Amino acid sequence: MPSTFSYQFDTPSHKGITEFSTGLFINGEFVDGSENSTIDVINPATGKLITKISQGTPKDVDRAVAAAQHAFETSWGLKCPGAERAKLMNKLADLMEEHEDELAAVEALDNGKTFYWAKNADLKGAIDCIRYYAGWADKIQGKTIETNDGKLVYTRHEPLGVVGQIIPWNFPLLMLSWKIGPALATGNAIVLKPSEFTPLSALLTAKLAKEAGFPPGVFNVVNGYGATVGAAIAEHMDIEKVAFTGSTLVGRKIMEAAAKTNLKKVTLELGGKSPNIIFDDADLEAAVNWAAFGIFWNQGQTCCAGSRIFVHAKIYDEFLHLFTEKAKQVKVGDPFHPDSKQGPQVSNAQFDRIMSYIDSGKDEGATVHHGGVRVGDEGYFISPTIFTDTRPDMKIVKEEIFGPVGVVIKFDDDEDVIRQANDTVYGLACSVFSQNINRALETAHKLKAGTAWVNCANMLHASVPFGGFKQSGIGRELGDYTAVKAVHVNFGHQWSVA
Amino acid sequence: MSSHEQCYRSLASPAKPLSGTTSYSTQIPRKLPPRATITMSKFTQVNVPATGKTISVPTGLFINNEFVPSVDSQETIQCINPATEEPICSVVAGSAKDVDVAVAAARSALKTTWGKNVSGFERSRLLNKLADLIERDAQELAELEALNNGKPVKIARDFDIGDSVGCLRYYAGWADKIVGQSIDIDNKTKLAFTKHEPIGVCGQIIPWNYPIMMWAWKVAPALACGCTIVMKPSEFTPLTALKLSELVVEAGFPPGVVNTVPALGSVGGAALAAHPGVDKIAFTGSTVTGRKIMEAAAKSNLKKVSLELGGKSPQLIFESADIDQAANWAALGILYNTGQDCTAGSRVYVQDSIYDKFLQTLIEKAKALNIGNGFDEKSGGGPVVSKVQYDKIWSYIDAGKQEGAKCVLGGEKRPGKGYFVDPTIFTEIKPGMKIVKDEIFGPVLSVGRFKTEEEAINLANDTTYGLGAGLHSNDAGQCMRVSQALEAGTVWVNQYNLLYNNVPFGGKKQSGIGRELGSYALDEYTSVKAIQWNYGEKLDWPL
Repeated sequence: MPSTFSYQFDTPSHKGITEFSTGLFINGEFVDGSENSTIDVINPATGKLITKISQGTPKDVDRAVAAAQHAFETSWGLKCPGAERAKLMNKLADLMEEHEDELAAVEALDNGKTFYWAKNADLKGAIDCIRYYAGWADKIQGKTIETNDGKLVYTRHEPLGVVGQIIPWNFPLLMLSWKIGPALATGNAIVLKPSEFTPLSALLTAKLAKEAGFPPGVFNVVNGYGATVGAAIAEHMDIEKVAFTGSTLVGRKIMEAAAKTNLKKVTLELGGKSPNIIFDDADLEAAVNWAAFGIFWNQGQTCCAGSRIFVHAKIYDEFLHLFTEKAKQVKVGDPFHPDSKQGPQVSNAQFDRIMSYIDSGKDEGATVHHGGVRVGDEGYFISPTIFTDTRPDMKIVKEEIFGPVGVVIKFDDDEDVIRQANDTVYGLACSVFSQNINRALETAHKLKAGTAWVNCANMLHASVPFGGFKQSGIGRELGDYTAVKAVHVNFGHQWSVA
Repeated sequence: MSSHEQCYRSLASPAKPLSGTTSYSTQIPRKLPPRATITMSKFTQVNVPATGKTISVPTGLFINNEFVPSVDSQETIQCINPATEEPICSVVAGSAKDVDVAVAAARSALKTTWGKNVSGFERSRLLNKLADLIERDAQELAELEALNNGKPVKIARDFDIGDSVGCLRYYAGWADKIVGQSIDIDNKTKLAFTKHEPIGVCGQIIPWNYPIMMWAWKVAPALACGCTIVMKPSEFTPLTALKLSELVVEAGFPPGVVNTVPALGSVGGAALAAHPGVDKIAFTGSTVTGRKIMEAAAKSNLKKVSLELGGKSPQLIFESADIDQAANWAALGILYNTGQDCTAGSRVYVQDSIYDKFLQTLIEKAKALNIGNGFDEKSGGGPVVSKVQYDKIWSYIDAGKQEGAKCVLGGEKRPGKGYFVDPTIFTEIKPGMKIVKDEIFGPVLSVGRFKTEEEAINLANDTTYGLGAGLHSNDAGQCMRVSQALEAGTVWVNQYNLLYNNVPFGGKKQSGIGRELGSYALDEYTSVKAIQWNYGEKLDWPL
């Protein structure tokens, strides 16, 4: 029998108890892994153990796939009408809303993000997403196609079957909802692997899914490491599709595994090095706020983080001054303290990785304009960091750091900044700031990215597609999966960092 | 772009309530004590004789989330139980001035708390909540529907209300999926995009045959698209619309989004149709009234019109059909809801070679239906809705006999109280007869015969109506040929009368304009705005 995780929150933001199983969730039950081994789950704010969870193995993936296959063939998929799937999904969303604070607290504890953001971004976004896709469940339509008098041609949009979903640690619950929302709405059965760093909110959600009444096997959670469980999912002959959010490096491996096995469908939502272009005619104060949000939100652990900030020469000095002031205002500390705006990085490994990028920036001759240091001596806290005096070939300009580290780059030519912005293997997102809407739109259209934000940053909606150009990914999440580039034009939303 | 940055908006302004997704949301009473906040000008206790229970029913006009008296009308509408002919209660009969007040309330809500001021996510949440409340109160609503309309409680509960709940949930799902198109003009200088905006204040006039379900068909897509509503229920069956209005408040809709004005059609319906402040009118009812509504729209503000009108729907039974099954569907087609169904399959044409066998089977099937009091568990159908309707049906039965058709089933009045009409079948019909041409809206079927497929199609299409049509055949090629040839908004192949919330429904020819249900209904409640944007082209002047 897997053990139960029981935790008493007694923080300024949240008080209350949470209790759920730390097992694998297979066929509607929490069970031990086949080897009875465990994985340590660490609190990134302290570096101390939170709990141990059951470790899954490839054998457990087999078990989960069999359960999912059975559910797909008997109680789910084409055997369960869309309106019924919608009902169960709405019920799950209701339960998540009912347990909003508890889920947010678990997320903050496990991931290190602040309780405030966990509740208002992750939880709210996740609940909206599940409800949005609940609405699609009874609207899966094919087409009838005119041929000639004697023929009828129509299409059916059928579920794929068993799908594997591998989610990251930066927005554990939100990414879970982005994956399971459309998969459940269309009638697929799921084997989900949460990140080994942040498995807790998925397990609590599994408990709620059981309560919501999903048939056993529709939604399975197999905790484990990428190299074992993730690989087993990617290689599995009975999984029809694998959806992955994470690094480009791992994304390639998953696609390779799919290519070598059953040619399963692959969607990948990968890394980015997204440009944020601030023209001289931007509303400077607003641009500064959005830029700070763009790079520092979620400790910079955001795939669409605006990590390359291009600023027009005419306003460069003033922007840098204001931007630095904003960075100074970002209070780094205990995720459960109401004043905290930034928590720790998710793990020791991520902390080391970010610090090594900061060192490389210094070694390669860039200037640490602000930050660049650890905060405190416990946990994985890093100060918001701004680099200047960079060159295009530096690692901190080329590679995804996935931390609160932005580079600010001066430009004075519109065409050239577009060239520089596009000079990357990535193409996830971009932002453009200008009060001249013609200049803003023209630039947004020329940037090679799946999402273009005009006078805003990091805005995501359940109804708007999201995904990458170039090496930032394959396929789209959210929305109805038909659009290619989402242009968000902001003409009213004022942003202010507290 | 919506003013509503849903996911992360509340984060930008920490001073706002954390859970509030929009500024208005704090004004919506989410968990209000419903009855305490409703000012009851009038309120009556309705006895349900079969159960001994009472149901409290509001009897005023429902405007701005409150039940209020009429501005100037002293008139009332008396509601009758068609199974007993006894009065149930009276409700206020709204006037043209009341319609003005309701339209103003709807306009105000559209401009402030609804329409473009509220996100689709929020509209979805409220519609789902309303569906949950109707599901919770299904038994009580079904009993009230049975009292006022006559239909069996179990049918009202499991079909009318079950489908209505499904309809509200289905459109709740659309509310956050109202999308336009982006259209490339050229890649360098121009783009265009469309926004599907709420059409505005909608007048909705619903009939007495499915009072709750027609309410749901009208309300759900309108609210999903962000429209506001002035609803006029039928003067014969206003009670459930008033009861549902209470649930609108409890669900948390802002005041003025849904308003209910019980009134006579000639007063309230006419006022809505002619009103300059109503942007769209949706009507379900007779073709005669539908024409008047369209005329009034034409003469006033050219409001958009959708009409779901009458029918004289044919069913064709071909020789390859499964006779027993075809007879079941034919019986359902004409007898469901005691024939008071706009899609009633009131003309059945049978291929010569199977005519006698089919007719015999159909008569047996029709006899098996038990028409009785809606509160009797054994009843599969209830009385017809009113004395007016009862007299109309009997005048048609008399006409059928006089014009020489042969009555092979029914055609005799029952003694005693209640507007009961038993299943009635005429044969030996001719194309010019009233029972063949006119919509009867009762359990009265005309059965004819044909030799060839071509003849069957001609007979079926020989009508000014085009709402539904059915065909029964086991020849796949024939099914395809005939379904394409039939002139109707819905063609049922080897089935009849089944509707789904995600499949469009509406009439061809004189059976109506526009479509309800499915994604198609969204078109009826949105205005498409094309926004053309130049970001690079310089205009030289003069040309």
